[in-house]
Amino acid sequence: MSDDATFMLDGRPIRFVAGQSILEAATAAGTFIPNLCHHPEFKPHGSCKLCTVKVNGRASSACTTRARAGQEVASDTPELNRHRRTLLQMLFVEGNHFCPGCEKSGNCRLQALAYDLEMLNPHYEHFYPPRPIDASHPDVLIDFNRCILCALCVRASRDVDGKSVFALAGRGTAQHLVVDCPSGKLGDSDFAMTDKAAAVCPVGAILPKRVGFSVPIGERTFDVEPISAHAAHAAETRG
Amino acid sequence: MRHVAPTPPRRKLRVATASLAGCFGCHMSFLDIDERLLDLIDLVEFDRSPITDIKHCGPCDIGIIEGGVCNAENVHVLWELRANCKVLVALGACAVNGGLPAQRNHLDVGRCLTRVYRDRAGAAVPDDPELPLLLDKVRPLNEVVRIDFFIPGCPPSGDAIWKYLTDLISGRMPRLEHPMLHFD
Ligand code: SF4
Ligand code: SF4
Ligand code: FES
Repeated sequence: MSDDATFMLDGRPIRFVAGQSILEAATAAGTFIPNLCHHPEFKPHGSCKLCTVKVNGRASSACTTRARAGQEVASDTPELNRHRRTLLQMLFVEGNHFCPGCEKSGNCRLQALAYDLEMLNPHYEHFYPPRPIDASHPDVLIDFNRCILCALCVRASRDVDGKSVFALAGRGTAQHLVVDCPSGKLGDSDFAMTDKAAAVCPVGAILPKRVGFSVPIGERTFDVEPISAHAAHAAETRG
Repeated sequence: MRHVAPTPPRRKLRVATASLAGCFGCHMSFLDIDERLLDLIDLVEFDRSPITDIKHCGPCDIGIIEGGVCNAENVHVLWELRANCKVLVALGACAVNGGLPAQRNHLDVGRCLTRVYRDRAGAAVPDDPELPLLLDKVRPLNEVVRIDFFIPGCPPSGDAIWKYLTDLISGRMPRLEHPMLHFD
């Protein structure tokens, strides 16, 4: 496969290098495909399904599907965006997301995608699940109410920090994030503020302490520009 | 900031507003449309609302409700507005997802009441029939009645409220986008 092979994304040619996923190639070209559980530095997890596109008419996750020459990929369509909105709404009602009181508000990728896809309400009946907060660590707080089970912290701790502090336990609606130490408390684990796992949470579940509102609400990343425009600018800066 | 000018409807639209389990911040933000209130008053007249102090709602075109549903009285007011308004608008975070009051949802109401009232010396849980009974969980409006439109935000800005209402009054499909769409 030649290095300048292309596929079509919403009618526009996207160049890719062999081995890139559709999401990676689109991101490099400055075209935003909504995604939540993806991080360029980690192996794709393929769990949130926000990145679902149609490849030659078949639904596939853009983060786990290899780009191939000549593919016809549809992403920004009313049908796919409606499904994405539904996925977001389910994520909102499954946890406890009270944005006005959340330190991550304005920097949160879940919220930013909801803005971008014009999700005006969570639609479904709220679970209001009782979930704990773990404030045992001196530098980092975990608010399980906001965890969307994207496993980015799991991958970062295992693959970069070599510690495997986090894991996902349970199945279905009972699935939850656990801290791997006898007490289950972050403060008793060997987690450190400098870990990669401390810096990857896309939502307000893993939060550094004492910096909460150092950037005021209204001046944060996705207050300034929508997540799609932000992704396009990031691609420009990378060149 | 002025957005698309509203097209005047053929007659004045009747609007009701109510604040349920909210903090009145959304109504304050509504008043934040400032001098545009004068434009609005050419287009609408108010029925039941904290602004008019009318206590019960007659037939209306639009009902605007701030706050979620936390007690039996909230449910009755919401039913009254649903029965009388052609469209209902959920205004603000609490109306949309329960908001701050819903953060009590993981607590047991009975235990809260005994903790706050009975366990303190000389106090008892108030049982005056005038006091509405608390629901076990605070709910957003759309979990109790059908809601036609949602304006999120804590509170939504005056500009967002103005944009949404003028779209609605002019018969356009109301839309909120960056930077007016906010959950905080
Ligand atoms: S994590 Fe994101 S969506 Fe959830 S409450 Fe915080 S800002 Fe809102
Ligand atoms: S804590 Fe954050 S990074 Fe970890 S699984 Fe939950 S949402 Fe993902
Ligand atoms: S980003 Fe592809 S499934 Fe989550």
